[in-house]
Amino acid sequence: METIRLVVNGQPRELNIDPATPLLWVLREQLGLTGTKFGCGMALCGACTVHVDGNAVRSCVTPVKAVAGKRITTIEGLSSDRSHPVQKAWLQVQVPQCGYCQPGQMMSAAALLAVNAKPSDADIDDAMAGNLCRCGTYARIRKAIHVAAELARSAK
Amino acid sequence: MTRRSGPLLLLSVGASTAILFVGFAYLSPRVFAGGQSNAGGNEKSLQAFRAVASVLTSPRCLNCHTSYGGPLQGDDNHPHAMNVKRGVDGKGSAALRCLACHQTENGKTLHSPPGAADWQLPSPKTPMAWKGLSTGELCRTLKDPAKNGNRSLQDLIPHMDTSLVRWAWNPGPGRTVPPLSHDEFVGRLKEWIETGAACPQ
Repeated sequence: METIRLVVNGQPRELNIDPATPLLWVLREQLGLTGTKFGCGMALCGACTVHVDGNAVRSCVTPVKAVAGKRITTIEGLSSDRSHPVQKAWLQVQVPQCGYCQPGQMMSAAALLAVNAKPSDADIDDAMAGNLCRCGTYARIRKAIHVAAELARSAK
Repeated sequence: MTRRSGPLLLLSVGASTAILFVGFAYLSPRVFAGGQSNAGGNEKSLQAFRAVASVLTSPRCLNCHTSYGGPLQGDDNHPHAMNVKRGVDGKGSAALRCLACHQTENGKTLHSPPGAADWQLPSPKTPMAWKGLSTGELCRTLKDPAKNGNRSLQDLIPHMDTSLVRWAWNPGPGRTVPPLSHDEFVGRLKEWIETGAACPQ
């Protein structure tokens, strides 16, 4: 066991934990942030995507020791009032079907828009190729990312 | 030409031949050292490079040293799942960076992501693409600073000792390793350089 400090959704956290514990289980079981989902456990599906210092990361294969001292953002931390352009766009386009993969989809989308304010279809396809959706909502995801980009631009 | 010029001509040709011979004898080691020729006497260097090439063309190296727009996977060099791209810096595209999945150490289970420090592809400016090259082309590419990341021959040696290169000998479950040990590989690389870094045609 080790003492590991993180900043999760803006709040400093201190954990006494096995440093090899996947970040996903720290978020879900230690911190009660169950918005981030377990999918494959092998970084193959993207359901567990969170941000580490702003970069999209698969939390299921990330040992908590690897993110000590870093800023973690989960789907709960995207905004507290559904004001993030991605949240607004996902509601506007009604993207989810079953919804299980959508937290990961949204976190990857937010990471993309943070570095590319006006992504092309190809940019979106490249960025989102690691997030699987068994319901096949890909067309709505792509549309929602364009909507979110437009919302973000018009808000400036 | 007159008859009287005959002896002078012979003398001239003889002198020129001697000068050429001496000149060639002086220059040839330098030519060999530059690896521009392998004509005779450099078989040891060529053999050393063929051993080096057996490692460089193994799947663990080729899967990133490729001209394809992203990494490859497996011993059959198929494109990386999820359509992963090289990106502008060799570290993946926006929101799908290499480090999204690859840690500084291997995943423990079969098919989980491998990992090492500084996990990345060569940059798009210098992709160091080896797949599809003949052994001679690979050799000349490795020696060309414009194609090898602006490295001298001596600079190649510490590169082969980085954690990312060493990963090839500890690739995690289910992955084959290069045909030589790391020590043998570095030894043959040094031998190739020390014997003139000759390249096959």
